[in-house]
Amino acid sequence: MTRPAAHGSDPVNPSSHDPIETVADTIGEAYSRSQWWDVWRQFRHHTGAMLGLTFLLFITAAVLFGPIFWDIDPTKLDIRAKDIRPIYTAIWDSGAKVSWGHPFGTDNLGRDTMAKLMAGGRVSLAVGWTAMFLALILGTLIGVAAGYFKKLDGILMRMTDLFLALPLLPLLLVMMLLFRDPLRKAFGPEMGIFILIVVVIGVTSWMPTARIVRGDVLALKEREFVLAARSIGTSSTMMITRHLLPNVLSPIMVSATLGLANAIITESALSFLGLGFPSDFPTWGKLLFDSVDRMTQFPERVVWPGICISFTVLSVNYIGDGLRDALDPRIRGR
Amino acid sequence: MLTFTIRRLILAIPTLLFISLVIFALLEFAPGDPMAQVPLTVPPEVKQAMREALGLGQPWPIRFVKWMYQFFIVEPMYWIDGILGTTWAEGQQRVISWQTRGPVMDLVAQRMPQTLWVVGMSYVIGVLIALPIGIISAYRQYSWFDQIGTFVSMVGFSVPTFFTGVLLIVIFSVNLGWFPSIYDTTHVVNDWDSFLFQVRQMIMPVSVLALYNAAQISRFMRASMLDNLNQDYVRTARAKGLSERAVVLVHVVRNSMIPVVTVIALGVPQVFGGAIITEQVFKVNGLGQLLITAIHANDLPMVQTLTFIFAVLIVLFNLVADVLYGLLDPRIRYD
Repeated sequence: MTRPAAHGSDPVNPSSHDPIETVADTIGEAYSRSQWWDVWRQFRHHTGAMLGLTFLLFITAAVLFGPIFWDIDPTKLDIRAKDIRPIYTAIWDSGAKVSWGHPFGTDNLGRDTMAKLMAGGRVSLAVGWTAMFLALILGTLIGVAAGYFKKLDGILMRMTDLFLALPLLPLLLVMMLLFRDPLRKAFGPEMGIFILIVVVIGVTSWMPTARIVRGDVLALKEREFVLAARSIGTSSTMMITRHLLPNVLSPIMVSATLGLANAIITESALSFLGLGFPSDFPTWGKLLFDSVDRMTQFPERVVWPGICISFTVLSVNYIGDGLRDALDPRIRGR
Repeated sequence: MLTFTIRRLILAIPTLLFISLVIFALLEFAPGDPMAQVPLTVPPEVKQAMREALGLGQPWPIRFVKWMYQFFIVEPMYWIDGILGTTWAEGQQRVISWQTRGPVMDLVAQRMPQTLWVVGMSYVIGVLIALPIGIISAYRQYSWFDQIGTFVSMVGFSVPTFFTGVLLIVIFSVNLGWFPSIYDTTHVVNDWDSFLFQVRQMIMPVSVLALYNAAQISRFMRASMLDNLNQDYVRTARAKGLSERAVVLVHVVRNSMIPVVTVIALGVPQVFGGAIITEQVFKVNGLGQLLITAIHANDLPMVQTLTFIFAVLIVLFNLVADVLYGLLDPRIRYD
């Protein structure tokens, strides 16, 4: 069975799968069937993952480009316009103090909630991505080194086990306490805390990645293509970068999503416990923490940052689920 | 099996020693001075005397060994004295908190019951909810129950506990007024009414933690059930003519429980860590709250001891998980 070229590029009809199609000859189709294209096709079938990806793209665009269109300074005080409720409060409470100038309301110092949410989201997402990349790089380095070099395996894996046995949240809190002031002095209040949080989260969350990567590298080392590469005299560097790393990319990507979700939650938990960024510097966790004292009168100030954190983490987790399914060749094409 | 357990126990000792060293070194080499809060008008020699009074006069290896001696030898001796009425620990120096100038372990003993009640109860409830959900979800994969179950567990897994806690407070104690938002730890249960009050104040913190735990465990249970349901022995059991009930509840569940039991054991110390946040939200004055106040007050002996207790819990439950795995799955023992 050969499919018409037009059908192959049709993204709205993903359900037309019959068993013959997967074994059919695909030469001459309008798209290339590389591995990543297959993964993407499988990923598209996962409704939750697609919704998650859409939301993540939306929230990233909103915090990146939102301030261009909504150019109120999130730190600007406006005491006259303080304690404005969100615009939707007017639906059930016609006497509420609402204003179209501040659709999400303002806080007790008249700072605009929407601008603060955008600024906070920038920081939260930046912390999440950077910490995740740091943990990923550390985990991959240690995992590849342990899996590829037999001499390093024992000591590196014992170290991983020891790190896994550390009480992470208490240690994170202690590290925040101890290194906060010197880093603030060295890099300024915001940058110092940013570096500290990113490093602290990265250093305490590389272990799962390292374990997964090591296991996969150990399995790959026994395969014929590695033997073939070795027999033509490939150096260790080339072996790792050309042959091993591309093949462990899929577990790394899955643990990247878990790491991103974990980093966002950890950052907001630290802020929530009062050991995160300085008080006038908004992040989602900080906004939530600052509003808890007055949540009886202004529940929306707690709810919106909380929704932002939860939905972002939820969508990242769904993307992880979808990626795991899409990268598993046993499930692919079902 | 005994040698397996003993080998694991012996391996745990260097791990604990290393962790205590890491914690100690972290506190030791961190920049920051416990005398930073003392006014500048205090002369340096008085500051030095204060330092020595806090036990900071000696080099750090000596202090580390002293702390270990106090924690591992003196504190258990005090504990035995308290139970048996002996006087072994008479006059020995204990680990002293800088905040209260009292022994750290006394404070820990005071705070432990609150944490154990809230955290322990939530973990038990979480497990009890998670197992049936995981089993049914896997057995009826892709049914509406499975869809809802996996969605709810995904939500419970993703939404941070400080947000669910705050949300529950907004809904149930602010808007509906059903439950108190602050956990009253001085409350004494002595009759039916006070028991009801205790239940009411425990519902919200327990359900927040239980949702979080149940979400994780039910995902594991479902995955483990799915792995087992397609195995050959299940087909054999069905072919033998066993009832579906016996196949699923006896054969499949028992085999799927092997990894889940270890996950449950491994989750216990994490729950203590996660409870730090929940305790902060509901103002439960348990161990987590003690740690937070100690951190804010720069009370290093307290921070060190508490962090180490959390580490001991992790190592202990790792050990429990290992031994349980070996007990349940004979293949593991002979490695």
